[in-house]
Amino acid sequence: MRNVVPVMTVLAMLVAFWWVSVAPMNMRAALDVAERAGDTVVPTGSVERRSIPVLRLLLDNPQHIESGYSLKRPRLPTPSQVGAELWKTTGAMVIKGRAFSKRSLIHHGWITLQSTLWGFLLGTTLGILGAIAIVYSRVANMSLMPWAVISQTIPIVALAPMIIVLSNQLGIQERGVPKAIIAAYLCYFPVLVSMVKGLRSPSASELDLLKTYGAGRLQSFLKLRLPASVPFLFTSLKVGIAAALVGTIVGELPTGAISGLGARILIGDQFGTPLAIWSALFAAAILAGVLVTLLDIMQRITLHKMGFRA
Amino acid sequence: MIWLFGALLFWIAAWALNVWLANSKASDSIVLRVAVPVLFGVTLLVLWEGLVRGLGVSQVILPAPSQIGSTILNSTETLWVDFNQTVIKGALRGFLIGALAAFLTAIVIDRSSFLTRGLLPIGNFVAALPIVGIAPILVNWFGFDWQSKAAVVVVMVFFPVLVNTVQGLRESDRMQRDLMRTYAAGYLQTLFKLRLPSAMPFVFNGLKIATTLALIGAIVAEYFGSPTRGMGFRISTGVGSLDIDLVWAEIAVAALAGTFFYGLVAWLEKRVTFWHPSQTG
Repeated sequence: MRNVVPVMTVLAMLVAFWWVSVAPMNMRAALDVAERAGDTVVPTGSVERRSIPVLRLLLDNPQHIESGYSLKRPRLPTPSQVGAELWKTTGAMVIKGRAFSKRSLIHHGWITLQSTLWGFLLGTTLGILGAIAIVYSRVANMSLMPWAVISQTIPIVALAPMIIVLSNQLGIQERGVPKAIIAAYLCYFPVLVSMVKGLRSPSASELDLLKTYGAGRLQSFLKLRLPASVPFLFTSLKVGIAAALVGTIVGELPTGAISGLGARILIGDQFGTPLAIWSALFAAAILAGVLVTLLDIMQRITLHKMGFRA
Repeated sequence: MIWLFGALLFWIAAWALNVWLANSKASDSIVLRVAVPVLFGVTLLVLWEGLVRGLGVSQVILPAPSQIGSTILNSTETLWVDFNQTVIKGALRGFLIGALAAFLTAIVIDRSSFLTRGLLPIGNFVAALPIVGIAPILVNWFGFDWQSKAAVVVVMVFFPVLVNTVQGLRESDRMQRDLMRTYAAGYLQTLFKLRLPSAMPFVFNGLKIATTLALIGAIVAEYFGSPTRGMGFRISTGVGSLDIDLVWAEIAVAALAGTFFYGLVAWLEKRVTFWHPSQTG
């Protein structure tokens, strides 16, 4: 809690920096608009202005700076423009009762969320199973672990179009599947690494104690290793769900997806509507924040119930 | 059929060999530590080759590794031009600019504990966001050539390095800093002799995360517009024109570049942080 004031201060500084940057970023466009409307602009002509530094333009045309803050297609929208666009495509749609229409970000966010969650589920399962194999088998440890590291150094985006081609050829019509695979690919690694650490966290004396109780391998796994790994698991799940969301959006970007937050970014780019891109980006950030927070709450409750000291 | 059975047989044999090697007495030796994972990788390639040939999978869907290999050898010139455009011009320059900017910002911010406390949670959050999404915006701002790719990479790399460096700078403990003070060391001396060295394991952690992000950023940015060269450009046009073996060749080059880049940073880490327990263990 004692971090609230500093965090708010830094956030305010960032927003202020953003707000100030709007003027130089949008000045040229604002002057073009003003000139077309018949106002006097120094110097005249869009081509002439191109060779003049932005600072000069700002000083020579102070009366037009303000219009840079209300452009329809700004290079850099203002924070309030992005906020208004976000509200228009989420809250306002809900009030009108069209929360899931194709123009609402809730619809697109839902599509992205579904793939993210499937990918998260798949990735976490793979990560946990891989970790169990690595902890219990020497061969798996020696042969899988280096490849797990290498797999993360491969830029997955390069593979994304191929994953889509392949899953199409295999007769998978569902558009969410390739995205979920990419999400799982990014998500499994943090889970695997943490679970290996977690499953190995019981000390030798604890393992020996279970042996003196006559516990078998399965029992010592269920009663000691698995519970001991839960704190590690939750920490990695928080990293994993964020990675899965990144994977889903990366999967939507280069593949001509038509719905989903990544597709909104793509379509906003193609139709030249920067506000749509910015609002989709912020929606993705909010979604990531909500997902991580939910997992954090689950972590607190679970660890509290299991008797870990927070 | 012979391909299918051959591949399966090879898989079983290689697996048995790996089990034997891993459980043998010499399994801690460096040779086996390399041989076992390499054998595992080779097995995957052989399985892939066998399945593609045995099941008669069309080249348009999934080419065999041998075919991808020959494509790589036949089109080295294209691949080099793309590599140069994407990795050296886009990813590497962006990585250097972004990492350096983040490093310097971290040192500046570190002087104020108020800013540090405010920035760490925000930086951690932003580092987890899908920042690749800004690629179309930056391509719009900086044009189609490598500058926009480098810009995407700068933004993607910035936050992981920043957060890790800030965390690393707080790593030296009170006793060590007090000791420096008893030596009458000033801020700069403490920074260079104590705090930066002890921050290095964290900095390299951030840099390692950043290597992968750099390649991802550079490739994604090319999907939104690029000159008629570059790995992302070749991949997206290759999929459209069914040049699938060239696409796989690009993927192989991207994978090798990513692994090499990561390996280079890991090697540097070993040289710089040789004193750290994780390196000596």
